[in-house]
Amino acid sequence: MADSKAAGGGAFLGNLGKIYGGYAGGFIVFTLILAVLEQMGVPNKIIGYCFVILTIGVYAYIGILSRTMDLSEYYVAGRKVPALYNGMATGADWMSAASFISMAGGIYLGGFNALGYVLGWTGGYVLVGILLAPYLRKFGQFTVPDFLGTRYEGNGARLCGVIVLFCASFTYIVAQCFGIGIITSRFLGIPFEIAIFVGLLGILVCSMLGGMRAVTWTQVAQYIILIISYLVPVVWLSTKKYGIPIPELTYGQALEQITQLENKLGVVKHFTDAFTNAKGEFTWTEFNNFWALVLCLMIGTASLPHILMRYFTTPSVREARTSVAWSIFFIFLLYFTAPAYAAFAKLEVYQNVIGQPIASLPAWVQNWSQVGGLLTIKDANSDGILQLSEFIINQDIIVLSMPEIAGLPYVVSGLVAAGGLAAALSTADGLLLAIANALSHDVYYKMIDPKASTARRLIVARMLLVGVAIIAAAVAGTRPSGIIQMVAWAFSLAAAGLFAPLVLGIWWKRTTKIGAITGMMSGFVVCLFYLVMTRYAPADFKAMFGTDLWFGIRNISSAVFGLPVAFVVTYVVSLMTPEPSKEMQDFVDSIRTPKGAVLTA
Amino acid sequence: MAQKLDAAQMQRYWSKTSALMWTIFALWIFFSFVAPLFAVQLNSIRIFGFPMGFYMAAQGSLIAFVVLCVWNAIAQNKVDEEFGVQED
Repeated sequence: MADSKAAGGGAFLGNLGKIYGGYAGGFIVFTLILAVLEQMGVPNKIIGYCFVILTIGVYAYIGILSRTMDLSEYYVAGRKVPALYNGMATGADWMSAASFISMAGGIYLGGFNALGYVLGWTGGYVLVGILLAPYLRKFGQFTVPDFLGTRYEGNGARLCGVIVLFCASFTYIVAQCFGIGIITSRFLGIPFEIAIFVGLLGILVCSMLGGMRAVTWTQVAQYIILIISYLVPVVWLSTKKYGIPIPELTYGQALEQITQLENKLGVVKHFTDAFTNAKGEFTWTEFNNFWALVLCLMIGTASLPHILMRYFTTPSVREARTSVAWSIFFIFLLYFTAPAYAAFAKLEVYQNVIGQPIASLPAWVQNWSQVGGLLTIKDANSDGILQLSEFIINQDIIVLSMPEIAGLPYVVSGLVAAGGLAAALSTADGLLLAIANALSHDVYYKMIDPKASTARRLIVARMLLVGVAIIAAAVAGTRPSGIIQMVAWAFSLAAAGLFAPLVLGIWWKRTTKIGAITGMMSGFVVCLFYLVMTRYAPADFKAMFGTDLWFGIRNISSAVFGLPVAFVVTYVVSLMTPEPSKEMQDFVDSIRTPKGAVLTA
Repeated sequence: MAQKLDAAQMQRYWSKTSALMWTIFALWIFFSFVAPLFAVQLNSIRIFGFPMGFYMAAQGSLIAFVVLCVWNAIAQNKVDEEFGVQED
């Protein structure tokens, strides 16, 4: 497959197009060979093994080639990543198990209301591009807390930043380990708890030796696999059904057929109806939750350190801006396909599954019902025919099972599994690095031992990386919650804690140290309080406030309450405290312009 | 710094940059929140089978976001060049 000699080196950077083009071609040839082998009678299990092991092998290979003992290479990939490739790496960093495995499933079940995820997980890049990325790139240090520590003069703000970063990224990474566990256990046929740790090895070989440099070049490779494997089954179905290989155009017809079938089957909650509850009636609660979720996910996008730190790796401010545009384009390719994926799956189920005699259902139903409660078929009225209400499918398996439901060859299922794994691994890598870098750079080096040597800093960084990874995998083993829910919590926590101090730090010179710290902490605490109370102590919450939820807003959108608090407190306290020094204002000016040195106050 | 902007130039540079930011920000609000607000009404229009409310949330607004990001990169680079603060 790919030849990535000395990934990150000069000869490598000069030949990126050739190397990754060859790699993508190699992957397609590999898939075709497996397709031929399948026709020749190679068992499905072997095909699953090939996809999982071979792709992890490639990532490990790139990871090992990119090992480094240089600080700038380890923390920011030497700031040599061109905009286009940083866009792809951001795409992989961004699209996680939640986007790849669960999102289309969420739309399948939730219809229009779940489109909040599609909107929320794309629009945030507009904010990243206009408010943050170019300025953080100009600032040009290693981590997001670095910026807070410099702009708000001291380790107080830095530590608050690290706390928020840790809480948000850790919640997020647990969800990824969970997704990795589902896929590895399914396709390698090993128990979930062990599968998590096998997947963990996959994460560590990518990131441990080479830090950001290794993660960057593996993420580009992972993006290529995940986008190919997401598009193949949908393009295939679109061609099969409507003769045009552009699913984003053809699924309008599928939507029309779905509406007709829904009327025939007596479904009250229509797939395309906006803001309806389970009874199919418009409600303001659904309406409010929709925009609240969109807001939290978008602001969260612009606050999550593992995404922001990707823009630290471009060669210039200009490239950072261009890179944001590439990022959203690469992300858009998957997101505008997801609703098509959901619509085709829905149509397949309505047309070819519902109303069939239960005894004659195809083999995939058997295979998937054996996996712990994710698919249930129960003949409630004992007529031997499958009714809609007798078919219950979990959102986390729609994408993985759709190729089989639609009768595509098993090689497509293997391909989708490889894509899901790429998505989960790449995000886990980015998050792990964000956490470990904050702990090693901001806490250890800046706060505990500023005299530490380069070698020592890199050793500490790696030890923390392994430690955090093991704890995250252990927590994921306890199956704390669903993937998409955990991820949405992470977004809310980051949004409530980090958005206000980052944006105001750049756009409002009057923001003071005390203002930022109090604003940040009060926003974060309000958000965390709402999340934890409504999730783990709903009875106490009700006793305190006399209602289950404030304004009916679900806790996946907790930041709706934290964000305004953060902004108002920062604003009021800043005006009550003395104006920042002239030097600090000059520093802000110097990060606002691409040219020239950064003036440290 | 080779030729640092004086205070007045810096102010003009920043007000131009801010104006661009607010324009794109307003459009972002429109495509994120205002368009979905009317999803129920838009859904009564069907084009190529797509109910328009569904289409906007699933595809239309997303296309707008990509365009906004590309526009921001191009326009801001122009502003930088106008004031001579682009990187060498």
